[in-house]
Amino acid sequence: MRGLFDIFITFFRIGIFTFGGGYAMIPLIEREVIDKKRWIEHQEFLELLTLAQSAPGPISLNTSVFVGYKLRGYAGAAAAISGVVIPSFSIILLIAIFFFDIRHNPTVDAAFKGMRPVVVALIIAPIVSLSRGIKPWGIVVAAAVAVAVWHFGVSPILLIACGAAAGLSWTLWKNRKKLKG
Amino acid sequence: MIYLQLLYSYLKIGFFGFGGGYAMLSLIQNEVVVQHGWLTNGQFADIVAISQMTPGPIAINSATYVGYSVAGFWGSVIATVAVCLPPMTLMLLATRFYLRLRKNPYVAGAMTAMKPVVIGMIGAAALLLLFPHSDEGKSFIDTWSWLLFAAALIASHLKVNPILLIILSAVAGIVIYG
Repeated sequence: MRGLFDIFITFFRIGIFTFGGGYAMIPLIEREVIDKKRWIEHQEFLELLTLAQSAPGPISLNTSVFVGYKLRGYAGAAAAISGVVIPSFSIILLIAIFFFDIRHNPTVDAAFKGMRPVVVALIIAPIVSLSRGIKPWGIVVAAAVAVAVWHFGVSPILLIACGAAAGLSWTLWKNRKKLKG
Repeated sequence: MIYLQLLYSYLKIGFFGFGGGYAMLSLIQNEVVVQHGWLTNGQFADIVAISQMTPGPIAINSATYVGYSVAGFWGSVIATVAVCLPPMTLMLLATRFYLRLRKNPYVAGAMTAMKPVVIGMIGAAALLLLFPHSDEGKSFIDTWSWLLFAAALIASHLKVNPILLIILSAVAGIVIYG
C-alpha cells in the first residue's frame, strides 16, 4: 500500500539527509525510491533527472513532486513535497531564531569570518565542472552574463529569458532551413 | 506589505531558478541583497555557509532564513511556500506531458542556450562576493581570507567534502580571529 504517510515519511528522510542539497541527494533518492521502495524504475529515474534539471527550482523538490504525483496524484505530490521541505524549514527556522542572538558572539563571528571566503571557493568550484563540454561561444556568453549581472546590475531573470528565447529562435531557424533544404 | 514583497520576490526566485542550487544564488542575491537590502553581502555568504551545513536546498534555506529575519515566523512561512510554488506547478504540468516534452526539439534548444547563462550566473554570484560594491559585510577582510579561499579552491578540486571544508574553515576562523 503506497499510503500518503509512507510517501511523506520517505521524502522526510530524504529531506533530512540531503546536506548540501542538489546533486548530493541523488544517490539517496536512488536508494530510497528505487532500491528500497521500488516506486519507479531506474531508466525512468534517469529521464526524471533530466526533467528535474530542466525545470526551475531545486532538484530535490522537483523529484519529489514527480514521484509523489506518479504514486498518488496531487495528494501524493503534496505529501512528498511537505516531506522534503519540512526538515529544512524547521532546522533553518531554529537557526534563524537562535542565530539572531549568537551572531554577535565573538567566537561565532570569528568562525564566520573563516567560512565566508571558503563559501566563495565552493561557489566557484562547480563552474569548472559545468563548463566541461561547453563550446567556446558558451564560455564567452557565460563570461558576458557574469560581468553583466555583477558589474552592470542586469537582472538575472532578463538574461535567463533571453537565453531561452535565443535557444528557441536558433532551433526554429535550423528547422526551417532543414525543411527548405 | 513586507509579506507581499517577500511573496513576490520568492515567487520570482522559484519561477526563474533554472539549474537549481548554486545557479539560483545570483537570483537570490539580486532580490535579497541588491534590490531590497534585506541582507548584506556578508550575511548572504553566511546563509550559503549555513545552507551547506544543514539539509535542504539553498533556495528553500535562504527563503526560510530571509523570511524570518525580515518578517518573523509568518515571513519565513510565506517565503518558503512562495519559492516552492512555481517549480511545483511547473513540475506537475511537466510530469503530465513529460515524455512529449522531453523529446521536443524547442525545449531542448532553449535548454542548450540557457546552460551558459546559468554558468555565468554562478560566476556573477561569486564575483559579487569576491568584489562587492560596498565594504559593508564583505567576505574578504585580510590576507588570511585569500589564503583560506585558495586552500578551499584546491581542496574542492580534490573532491574534499564541502561540509568538511566549511567545518574546517569555521575552526580556522576561530583560531585566526577568535
